[in-house]
Amino acid sequence: MAGSAPDRIILGLPSKGRLRDACFEWFAERGVTVEGTGAEREYAGHVVGVEGVDLALLSAGEIPRELAAGRIHLGVTGEDMVREKIPDADAAVSLLAPMGFGFADLVIAVPDAWADVETVEDLDAVAGRLRAELGRPLRIATKYHLLVRRYLRANGVADCLLVDSQGATEGAVRQGAAEAIADITTSGATLTDNRLRPLADGPILKSQAMLCLSRRAALGPARAARLDALGLALGLGPLASSSVPQ
Amino acid sequence: MSADRAYLTGGRMGDGLARLAGEIARIDAGFADAGAQAVEPAVLQPSGPLLGLYGEDIRARAFVTNDPVEGELMLRPDFTVPVLRLHMQGGAAPARYRYCGPVYRRQEPGSSRPTEYLQAGVEILGEADPVAADAEVFALIREALGEVADTATVRTGDLAIAFAAVAGLAAPERWKAALRRHLWRPAKFRAVLEGFGERPAPSPARAALIAAAAQGDDALRAHVRALGPLHGARPFEDVLARAKELVQDARATLPRTQIDWLEAVLAVKGPSAEALAALRGLDENAALRPALDRMARRLDALGPGAEALPFDASFGRSLEYYDGFTFEFSAPDRPGLPPLAGGGRYDALTSRLGFVGALPAVGGIVRPEALLAASGGV
Repeated sequence: MAGSAPDRIILGLPSKGRLRDACFEWFAERGVTVEGTGAEREYAGHVVGVEGVDLALLSAGEIPRELAAGRIHLGVTGEDMVREKIPDADAAVSLLAPMGFGFADLVIAVPDAWADVETVEDLDAVAGRLRAELGRPLRIATKYHLLVRRYLRANGVADCLLVDSQGATEGAVRQGAAEAIADITTSGATLTDNRLRPLADGPILKSQAMLCLSRRAALGPARAARLDALGLALGLGPLASSSVPQ
Repeated sequence: MSADRAYLTGGRMGDGLARLAGEIARIDAGFADAGAQAVEPAVLQPSGPLLGLYGEDIRARAFVTNDPVEGELMLRPDFTVPVLRLHMQGGAAPARYRYCGPVYRRQEPGSSRPTEYLQAGVEILGEADPVAADAEVFALIREALGEVADTATVRTGDLAIAFAAVAGLAAPERWKAALRRHLWRPAKFRAVLEGFGERPAPSPARAALIAAAAQGDDALRAHVRALGPLHGARPFEDVLARAKELVQDARATLPRTQIDWLEAVLAVKGPSAEALAALRGLDENAALRPALDRMARRLDALGPGAEALPFDASFGRSLEYYDGFTFEFSAPDRPGLPPLAGGGRYDALTSRLGFVGALPAVGGIVRPEALLAASGGV
């Protein structure tokens, strides 16, 4: 995509739902109108008032991948998705602006009945007991494999096994598929409903929707000028210098 | 480039490959002369034993793949575990094995480390005299390095001393178990150790748990039951058991002198003879004596010059299975190369892999590509 028109830049936004509407509003509040175009309005569009910016409406999960590959120049997605899907996120992407919506905390949650577990240190101790006494690891159901594995490693947690869960993760403990979960939560209500409680020493990541700039998309002078113009229109200042690879 | 190998420009065809093959044949012949039989473990290994040993972290370090029938598989990240599994399935102890082939490691983005490189190694299992076996493996690996051994930097260690020091603490057994479990994660080990020395005020939830436990078993059970239903594999009784331990631990600390002593033992480094003397000096309660006597016998067995071998009591703590003698050879003027060779003792590994009983074992590997690079390339 990014290679198709050497003087145009591509902004990737979520194609559906609340996130898409919130994105459109965020740009509108800054005086930049984004809108779908023509027969393909559900997938493509343009930015009104800033020349040479095309809109690509993508599934939210694809946006980090497209940013990392440099196929889109700008994109909106949750910081959790950026850091989960791109192993070297800070080298691939510059997080330009938190957008004030899509708030979500990635937490590890354990059964309410684990009276003895409050912190990740407790979790590690329980994992050691399960290994020693039952010969099995402590299973954590999640779809955030990279983030959770890195967090466990950084905190010296051993004897845990990540079990893949792509949806309704809070139910995994009740179903006996895992002892704990790691998932995003906003209000915590779903955790409470499932008799789960987040660890007290904080979320793995506090996430919200981010306007992201690819450090890997090719930029000539024409594109750099358009990127700067869009940044100035959004009140973010010139952007082209932020896209230099680190 | 696809014609390049780990640490080598070229080496996949023509003269370069011939030189590498010659180097490998020389190394292999040395291991064969020591009576080691050739083995060839599968490249694709079931992930279960590796996950059991290394934990979730191995999924970040090994290439993971899936077969609809065989389940999750990993491209072997090392030879030791696959060779031990072969032995368990058909070998009789004592046994000596040699092998050579590629291992596969995932690397972090931006890393210049190779994802595929060769290891040529030897493993000695079930030897009656472990000190002699330690010295023999060290000599075999040094021999395999050829002339490069003369200029290589050596590091040695002995994790049996670290384990003996943990065992020698005046502390409850479960505290020692927690330290042993994290011996291979030095930062976490230190955090656990320091945690025994200080007991911060309990949180409100922890205080309530302690109060309930103080009223007896029934009150504790009622307290835990009231919190919610228990799902998953963790038994209710285990929640109670750990709660009671927390109550005890809230009242007890490890004296600062004990913490400092353990940290001092783990910090000993220097020429082997001096390090041994320093460790003897720290061993007021004779907790380390059997391990230190063994170290002394090993220095004798290693022969002339062993007293000067650099020793570090914490060396080997980065690899989760060494529990005795450890060693490594590096090329001092080639910072871009990994250690050219290394190895150590792993007596408890077989039982950790789920087999009954421990099998005394020591082994070492050479990285033939790095060795060739250190001696001038292909």
